[in-house]
Amino acid sequence: MQWEIVIGLEVHTQLSTSTKIFSGASTAFGAEPNTQADAVSIALPGVLPVLNKGAVERAIKFGLATGSHIANRSVFARKNYFYPDLPKGYQISQFDLPVVGQGALTIQVEPLSGNAKPYEKTVRITRAHLEEDAGKSVHGDSQGVTGIDLNRAGTPLLEIVSEPDMSSAAEAVAYAKALHTLVRWIGICDGNMQEGSFRCDVNVSVRKPGQPLGTRREIKNLNSFKFMQQAIDYEVQWQIDTIENGGKVHQATILFNPDTGETRAMRSKEDAHDYRYFPDPDLLPLEISNEWIEQVRSTLPELPQAKQARYVNDLGLSAYDASILTSSREMADFFETALNPSSILPLSGEEAVRSSPDKGRLGGVEAKLCANWIIGEVSAQLNRDGLDMTQCPITAQQLGGMLARIADGTISNSGAKEVFRTMWAEGGEADAIIEAKGLKQVSDSGAIEALVDEIIAGNADKVAEYRSGKDKLFGFFVGLAMKASKGKANPAQLNDILKKKLEG
Amino acid sequence: MPLSLADVEKVARLARLAMNDQELQAAQAQLSNIFGLIAEMQAVDTKGIEPMSHAQDVAQRLREDKVTESNQREAFQAVAPQVENGLYLVPQVIE
Repeated sequence: MQWEIVIGLEVHTQLSTSTKIFSGASTAFGAEPNTQADAVSIALPGVLPVLNKGAVERAIKFGLATGSHIANRSVFARKNYFYPDLPKGYQISQFDLPVVGQGALTIQVEPLSGNAKPYEKTVRITRAHLEEDAGKSVHGDSQGVTGIDLNRAGTPLLEIVSEPDMSSAAEAVAYAKALHTLVRWIGICDGNMQEGSFRCDVNVSVRKPGQPLGTRREIKNLNSFKFMQQAIDYEVQWQIDTIENGGKVHQATILFNPDTGETRAMRSKEDAHDYRYFPDPDLLPLEISNEWIEQVRSTLPELPQAKQARYVNDLGLSAYDASILTSSREMADFFETALNPSSILPLSGEEAVRSSPDKGRLGGVEAKLCANWIIGEVSAQLNRDGLDMTQCPITAQQLGGMLARIADGTISNSGAKEVFRTMWAEGGEADAIIEAKGLKQVSDSGAIEALVDEIIAGNADKVAEYRSGKDKLFGFFVGLAMKASKGKANPAQLNDILKKKLEG
Repeated sequence: MPLSLADVEKVARLARLAMNDQELQAAQAQLSNIFGLIAEMQAVDTKGIEPMSHAQDVAQRLREDKVTESNQREAFQAVAPQVENGLYLVPQVIE
């Protein structure tokens, strides 16, 4: 019998502010232990929290980007529990009145197995609330003690909670990835998963179709998409096996061990979840005016989904190409700048594309050609060199300059590859490299005709064979002609002329 | 609402307070008095009155996102019971 999988996510994103959510201590990553733990971070008696405007602004941005309700009035609450990396004995969070209410995120799901087609799905967002991060426990050399670093304590977090709308590991990963792209896109979180800037808790349960929800277990602190998929697959199978063998799933918090690929329950106490939330008397209600919301809205960039739709509808790209080009803002910016390299700098790539009436062909560079080069050669070379888009040795303008020379027939595809290799290794502009390496292709039909005539005259026997029906010899003639032109003949033109002359 | 001794024990455990029987009974009596006060307040007709989350009817003041705190680790750690390599040391945490 079939089982239905039900998954919901809670994602903790560290907001990219310079300072903590309730004090003016720095949040820079990697500082010496406790050098960024000020009196508020270590909870000295008598200190009071003062809310960071930058953190609130980022929460508003997120709410706007997901079409969520933004509360004009929200409240901070204390979540009480004891742990050494939480010096106050409570975490300041939000409970019944969060800053961001219901919204949604539409995702593209790539099924993990079989020939299933990619599809679109909308995942509802329940809420997103502001809270402070805890410190870190360091288990060092000394026996019987744990070291505490409170640099991270008080770092602003936006916890984004989804509805249990996902029904496979593929959907959960697609949602997490879309969220990861979005928070970096709108600049509220650096998305660095190794450094813990983007951490996922996954709630998993299984049920028979039509039955009420099963008991869920929460996989904590997943910091890679690969682990997320492995952990969900393992956990789902474990729950199904447990129930089919007559057992029962008990609500629990579990950890995924990447080394064994297994999940295991954390030791839990019966009242571990009795957090006794209550409004924090140290903080007044947070009021957000509609004017502030509108002012933040005006700073939002064009969002990935809108860009994707525009690339498909206006530039004629495939949905697949459009989704890859919008996987990060750096990638999309690179594409748009390469597409229109001659645009005057103050005009952003985006505006340049919008203002052009010509579909798919801008500044002499075709969108599809540009997309192919970025998704193909550029990405492959970045991969080989272990670089990301921001470290690309070729600028978008340089690539665009080269693409313009492919589009106007100055260089062939093989010539372009040579230009690209040179540019990558040594830098320089396409035109200068073409000149220096003599890569300009011959598009002068007179010159090509002369060359073809010579070949036909010198290979009378092969010409006769071809004319008597041996079509395969065409490639032989192309090869000769290319060689004679030192690879510079415009291939399309050469084919045309050769065909015409051979048919006699 | 009467407060049972078990309730008081639970709250004490959550607050990490060690209390003997005598103290628990004293706390039960005191807390029950507070509950009596709450019951009295809840009897007041508050229809049409918007609930407040703070005693003062003002909004939170916000701070600009600028670093204002400098490193004072040495001063703070001078009063900590045990430190090592800049870390505060606590009895081992077992997960």
